[in-house]
Amino acid sequence: MKGLLIKNGFVYDPLNNIDGEKIDIAIAGGKIVEKVEGAKEIDASGMVVMPGGVDIHSHIVGAKVNTGRLLRPEDHYKDVEPKTAITRSGVGYSIPSTFTTGYRYARMGWTTVMDPAMPPLKAKHTHEELNDTPMIDKGSYPLLGSNWFVLEHLRAKEYEECAAYVAWMMNATKGYAIKIVNPGGLEAWGFGRNVRNIDDPVPNFDITPREIIQGLCKVNTLLNMPHTIHVHTNNLGKPGNYVTALETMKCVENLATDNKPIIHLTHCQFSAFAGEDWRTFRSASEEICKYVNSHSHVTLDLGQIVFTDTTTMTADGPFQFILYQLTGNKWVNNDVEAETSSGIVPFHYKRKSYVHATQWTIGLELALQIMDPWKVFLTTDHPNAGPFTAYPKIIEWLMSRKARDDVMKKISKKARRKTLLTAIDREYTLYEVAIATRAGQAKSLGLRNKGHLGIGADADVAIYDLNPEKKDLAKHPAEIRRAFKSAAYTIKDGEIVVKNGKVVKSVNGKTYWANVKASPSLLEMEPELQKVFEEYYTVKYENYIVPNHYLAAAKPIPVKAKV
Amino acid sequence: MTVTLRLKKEPRLPIDAKCISPDVFAGKSLEEIGKLQLWEGNRQRTLADIFQIEGTCGKTAGEVVIHLFGDLSKVRRVGERMTDGVIKIQGNVGMHLGEEMRGGIITVEGDAGSWTGSAMRGGTIEVKKDAGDYIGGTYRGGTKGMKGGKIVIHGSAGTEVGCYMRKGLIEIHGDVEEFVGIRMKDGTIVVHGSAGERAGAFMTGGKIILCGHMESVLPTFTIDSIKNKAKVEENEIKGPFYLFVGDLAENGDGKLYVSKDRNEQLKDYGELL
Repeated sequence: MKGLLIKNGFVYDPLNNIDGEKIDIAIAGGKIVEKVEGAKEIDASGMVVMPGGVDIHSHIVGAKVNTGRLLRPEDHYKDVEPKTAITRSGVGYSIPSTFTTGYRYARMGWTTVMDPAMPPLKAKHTHEELNDTPMIDKGSYPLLGSNWFVLEHLRAKEYEECAAYVAWMMNATKGYAIKIVNPGGLEAWGFGRNVRNIDDPVPNFDITPREIIQGLCKVNTLLNMPHTIHVHTNNLGKPGNYVTALETMKCVENLATDNKPIIHLTHCQFSAFAGEDWRTFRSASEEICKYVNSHSHVTLDLGQIVFTDTTTMTADGPFQFILYQLTGNKWVNNDVEAETSSGIVPFHYKRKSYVHATQWTIGLELALQIMDPWKVFLTTDHPNAGPFTAYPKIIEWLMSRKARDDVMKKISKKARRKTLLTAIDREYTLYEVAIATRAGQAKSLGLRNKGHLGIGADADVAIYDLNPEKKDLAKHPAEIRRAFKSAAYTIKDGEIVVKNGKVVKSVNGKTYWANVKASPSLLEMEPELQKVFEEYYTVKYENYIVPNHYLAAAKPIPVKAKV
Repeated sequence: MTVTLRLKKEPRLPIDAKCISPDVFAGKSLEEIGKLQLWEGNRQRTLADIFQIEGTCGKTAGEVVIHLFGDLSKVRRVGERMTDGVIKIQGNVGMHLGEEMRGGIITVEGDAGSWTGSAMRGGTIEVKKDAGDYIGGTYRGGTKGMKGGKIVIHGSAGTEVGCYMRKGLIEIHGDVEEFVGIRMKDGTIVVHGSAGERAGAFMTGGKIILCGHMESVLPTFTIDSIKNKAKVEENEIKGPFYLFVGDLAENGDGKLYVSKDRNEQLKDYGELL
């Protein structure tokens, strides 16, 4: 039997409570097994062994990502990867081409990545690009927070019908989770308007964002979805919006059962702004952390800023328009029929800008002040706050106060004076890093075979050339960055795909989607849906649905709904 | 100390030769220089594959003189990011000459391609014949054009000369095509020949001096006055010139000097004053 045996590494596997012990990991048939004989051995002595990285929120594919690529030739021009015998050529810094995206994730030891914003109408495009993204397992969340069908059902409080529609939608778009972006606001944006807070009714629909969030949260529970609702708050990127973020978390507080998370607040850094305007702008990380530390129904991801030239792209059209007005940069904005909107603006985060520097501190303050690492995950909301290739840098900041202080010396003086970071000594351990970058994210996504190295888990493993016994890593932050930047080995489904930061084998990852089985009576709504569809959409019902064969390597997750 | 590079045969495919720069050559032996990597089409080659290399090389970039012979119109990115030293080209040269250069001198006896001196920050580029489009501009989609230094073209240039220019001087003795100084923010462009339509479109600052014929001025420019001369660094160019200010559609404050004598068709503007 062919297989692999990873020997003598320091294993960090938080889901199985393994904290840096020297354990051998056996792999056979693409899975972690108890024992393997006659297998190829990898000597990982003096190295860190972790499950393959998981990214819960990274815009890597889809219509708007591709528009971003077209919008920014200057972004690709300086970052070119020539073709090799194994890999294809590609370009891109903040919005790499699909193949390059896969290779770069694999080089860092990441093996599962979720694209968080798929307008259902653009599902086919999204899956075409996912098919072309090698090396990683992936999935995509359809945008449902401003969908007309959803809004109409929720207004009438028809939760079961809404659940049936969402179940149909997951099947139709081959989506994985419910994504809510600026609930209601995107619908209003189609008419040039927005919603101001979570109790501001959506024009023409007589429903508030609060009802949408609560409704979809109930639907999520009814359907037994693997992930929670994935929420990008209203008022994102505006000073004083932390109140909205808190309200959003509070509004589903009563719906939680068994201390389980039921809402994921994504790129929370952008939702933790205090102050009345940009002059009085300040960090509200303390208020957010206080709430999250005392509640168990919330998970967050960071959306950590890195100081670089990047491209912002969200489904939040009104926010992107504000960003265009702030910067005067080139921009794209779009309304996707009855579903959502989107926008793109290139953006340069500068150290010396008070606002940008404060944003940088907010992300780190959130990560360091939320005591339970299972609640806060590392992302850059790629590419909105920075490209995913900055993860090693962020891990360095989380693990080393020295590294943070070095950056702090160079940022805006006013931001430095006001930040809480100077008073925070906490440094992440490798165990916590493994939670924030893999175990926690896999758990939140409900991917049972990812993010850990227990028997039966997928054999996605990352090995980093980093020796926690030899050196005090916090004192040598550059070591941390070097190690995470290019994994010594990345193993995907039991095969070595990256060795010493070089791709040695190109493999195709699987596309995960939630195959929700709702009761047949709920699915009887299809003829009616078809009829309304004819009125609302510019495409035919039959052409809208993504057929099974469209996915190169589909991995449906069977979900048994409660209704 | 001069290093001479002679093209062995005219390349069929474009060559990406950003290694031809005094900063890269400095302190290397001829053999090491010959081993520098460049791309011909999608194949990686060494400098010695393409060029015959002779001479001696200096220790620092400032001591290096690179002498290129042959028709290099397919050789791109010569002198990219150079900080010092001299490159002399006895013939034509391809696109992106002296891109992002910080200092030093490049002279071209023949034609230069598009994007000559794009995003450059210092130094001098002199082209004895014609040049292509986007001289002293920025790469497509970028917003950061030339920031310093000097470009002199003795022949004519193409469209969008000095797009997104932020500082420095571009002097063109021949003609230019459309959109000279598009989106420029600061700096000076002097054109001694005639200029194409829509000069200074979207400009928000800086100075464009057109000494030759120019059919019409954009309606988003307003006439300010008639000047007898225009200043270019320490020198003066004799007028008289119509001075226009714009581009008002961008709330701009750019100055567009247009020769009065050569442009009879603009005389109505004079009456508005």
